[in-house]
Amino acid sequence: MFESLTQRLNESFSFLRGRKELTEENVEEGLRAVRQALLEADVHFQVARDLTARVKERALGAERLAGVDPSQQFAHAFHQELVELMGPEDARLSFAKTGPTVLLMAGLQGAGKTTTCAKLAKRLRDKHQKRPLLVAADVKRPAAVEQLRVLGRQLGVEVFHVEGVTPPEVCKQGVAYAKAKGFDLVILDTAGRLHVDDELMTEVADIAKVTQPDDQILVVDAMTGQDAVNSAKSFHQRLALSGVILTKMDGDARGGAAVSLKAVTGCPILFVGVGEKIDDLDAFHPERMAGRILGMGDVVSLVEQAQEQISEKEAQASYEKLVLGSFTLEDMLAQLRMMRKLGPMKKVLGMMPGMGEMAKNIDVDDKQMNRLEAIFTSMTPRERLQPDVLDMSRRRRVARGCGQDVGAVNELLKRFKDMKKMMKQLGKLGLGAGLGSKAKKDTLRGMTDSGELASGEGGGLLGGLGSLGGAMKQGIGGLGSMLGGGGGPSPAELASMMGGGGARPSGSSATRKSGSKRKDKKKPKKSRKQKRK
Amino acid sequence: MGLLDRLKQRLSKTREKLSDGLSALFRGGRPIDDQLLGELEELLYTADLGPIATELVEDLARMHKRGELKGEDDVREHLRSTLLARLDQAGGEYDPPADPTVILIVGVNGSGKTTSIAKLAHRFQNQGKSVLLAAGDTFRAAAADQLEIWAQRNGAQIVRAHKDGADPASIAFDAVDAALARGTDVVIVDTAGRLHTQKNLMDELNKVRRVIEKRLPGAPHETWLVLDATNGQNAIQQAREFTAAVEVTGLVLAKLDGTARGGAVFGIKDALNLPVRYIGTGESLELLEAFDPEAYVDALLGKHLGTRTSQGA
Ligand SMILES: Nc1nc2c(ncn2[C@@H]2O[C@H](COP(=O)(O)OP(=O)(O)OP(=O)(O)O)[C@@H](O)[C@H]2O)c(=O)[nH]1
Ligand SMILES: [Mg+2]
Repeated sequence: MFESLTQRLNESFSFLRGRKELTEENVEEGLRAVRQALLEADVHFQVARDLTARVKERALGAERLAGVDPSQQFAHAFHQELVELMGPEDARLSFAKTGPTVLLMAGLQGAGKTTTCAKLAKRLRDKHQKRPLLVAADVKRPAAVEQLRVLGRQLGVEVFHVEGVTPPEVCKQGVAYAKAKGFDLVILDTAGRLHVDDELMTEVADIAKVTQPDDQILVVDAMTGQDAVNSAKSFHQRLALSGVILTKMDGDARGGAAVSLKAVTGCPILFVGVGEKIDDLDAFHPERMAGRILGMGDVVSLVEQAQEQISEKEAQASYEKLVLGSFTLEDMLAQLRMMRKLGPMKKVLGMMPGMGEMAKNIDVDDKQMNRLEAIFTSMTPRERLQPDVLDMSRRRRVARGCGQDVGAVNELLKRFKDMKKMMKQLGKLGLGAGLGSKAKKDTLRGMTDSGELASGEGGGLLGGLGSLGGAMKQGIGGLGSMLGGGGGPSPAELASMMGGGGARPSGSSATRKSGSKRKDKKKPKKSRKQKRK
Repeated sequence: MGLLDRLKQRLSKTREKLSDGLSALFRGGRPIDDQLLGELEELLYTADLGPIATELVEDLARMHKRGELKGEDDVREHLRSTLLARLDQAGGEYDPPADPTVILIVGVNGSGKTTSIAKLAHRFQNQGKSVLLAAGDTFRAAAADQLEIWAQRNGAQIVRAHKDGADPASIAFDAVDAALARGTDVVIVDTAGRLHTQKNLMDELNKVRRVIEKRLPGAPHETWLVLDATNGQNAIQQAREFTAAVEVTGLVLAKLDGTARGGAVFGIKDALNLPVRYIGTGESLELLEAFDPEAYVDALLGKHLGTRTSQGA
């Protein structure tokens, strides 16, 4: 099965390899093969469709890059799209500032919750010096409590359970017990339940209500098929999911569910389970996962060859589009993702010139960013490219798709409009031309860097925009209003844009000032170093 | 209520989705064209039919070119007969032929093995047979306790080890031994969940099988793979590997009570010709149905019953 798949892909890619240009026709051929590959990997059909459409845009829209084989360019586009969809790499949990951190684990029957609870307890104890308490709240499956107890004994982690009370009550008492006994981490193991079981879904929502978890995690079997979308949607609606853990990845499931899950919930895939032993829990790597889903090692190495050349050029194209050309929701999403690639929002803020102080005082919420991203990914590529088509009924569909209300979609569109307006103004002022080539180069570097901000001489995307702002006397405020509010940028607005609306700014430093300060390119690097200490 | 009705009801979520979609596709007298066929293909994909969805739709496209499809009814009828032909096989209710009949239950982690065993025991007991369960999962924490609780609820006999890590083959051996001594009708052997990619664990399973055969030639009479209906195309790979290791003879499709449809069984039939014996439709003892291909396909494609539509105004 896998051989034939790789073969087929090779065929279509070799077909492309011979061509000089990516045309509508030969791209179509390749797309068909890859779409088939995605479906065989259990990526949800809608997600697969959106994905292929986006790649088509990308492949056709992209200029032929000198020295890059069209097939490489095509493969790269696909890989990149998948990586972007599943990323950013993000294995962080939100720990409570005071009192014990509470993790709620939920999922369908047989997904692997209990084992994963034990794995998490061990990992967080060993790597984060937490003192975990496991709470056994699966009173449904015979011997489920005993199963957790056995695992707890093996680990030397206490397991809490009370006979004869409801699961929400068990959990509530478990959290109280943890507080009383000085545990700083509580992991709630809940019973497996079907997303269509109203009673049980209400029960898990009740557990969340009475325990106020810091993280609500959906545990999903990597072998899940098309149904992943249905169940994830329902769980996301009933709980405020903050992350996903994919189990049984040590098998040969291609794991397309990962793409669907990310598209539906917008939540990061925190960890993957890779075996039955308690240590078998790994961080999630979008790049690796993309290769696995596409099931094409050879193509992936093609991609790696092309990576360098392409990313540089692509970033330039997207930059020029941003500043000079037509600005679409697709671009806004790309910007958002680039920002997110830089790391958690608080950290990003901290790295921005003159923003370090302010970042300390802001409570930025990455979950809000997830939500924001989920709205984007619930749109079709066409909607993102031609935002005007988003009438009320489409907006409603988008809202349903990401499990949020229409208000949130409208809010995002309003921001888009404001941002577009600003882009136009920038264009009129001939900003693109006025930009120093050095700043431009920094900008590109920032965009291409996938993990950390600006590996080289600091600045990067934000630095670039910062100096852009310096020239404009709009400074960081420009960036703020770009993603956030409209006209006059204020710290509050900037923060609310960063947090997607949920931030609580308490600082009062003037953004304009900090923006115009941005001249010294060494600054961000320094503040980043300081952060590491 | 007849079996067919009950099955239909249990599969109603499946049916509503698919037939809603099917009917919705044709709503407003839409003609059959590429666009419609493309959407139909996507609908079939949601049932986890995998590449078979494409084949079915390509068939339809050819027929349409030849002018053989008038409208919705033709499409539905063609899909029904094709899907049925792709399933039609000797599956469904199993009548234990020997005394004792030994059934070995295998599958990946969490697919529903232990619960299905409890349900099967319940079913055979209701047919007046005595049942003995072998707690062959000596690996997972509290797995034997889980089976024992079910055995108590059922009033079935159980053979289990009292410490973890015992040899599953020797438990199976003892179970068959006990059944022979006591004249028990059916022995159902539980095994630890394992991913089909783990060679050493698949070898271990093969050993369980060989030891059973050694104790009772001709046994295990059946080896059933329990599949999780929410699994996608990987189920085919599971079926392949488990069949290679222990000669799987039939399938149990668990967790059909959600919105998943377990369409991978079509791919499995294609590749391995394995019949589906039973379907699991819930967590309690009586929620096991003998598989009925007609009911299953009808439930997948059943006529829109005019209940509701999710497509909005
Ligand atoms: N809704 C539903 N749940 C089921 C069904 N069959 C099993 N389950 C549930 O799925 C979960 C796993 O079932 P088990 O029977 O323990 O699965 P297993 O294959 O024995 O698992 P391991 O031994 O851990 O590999 C349990 O919570 C069961 O209650 C079914 O048909 N429908
Ligand atoms: Mg079991």
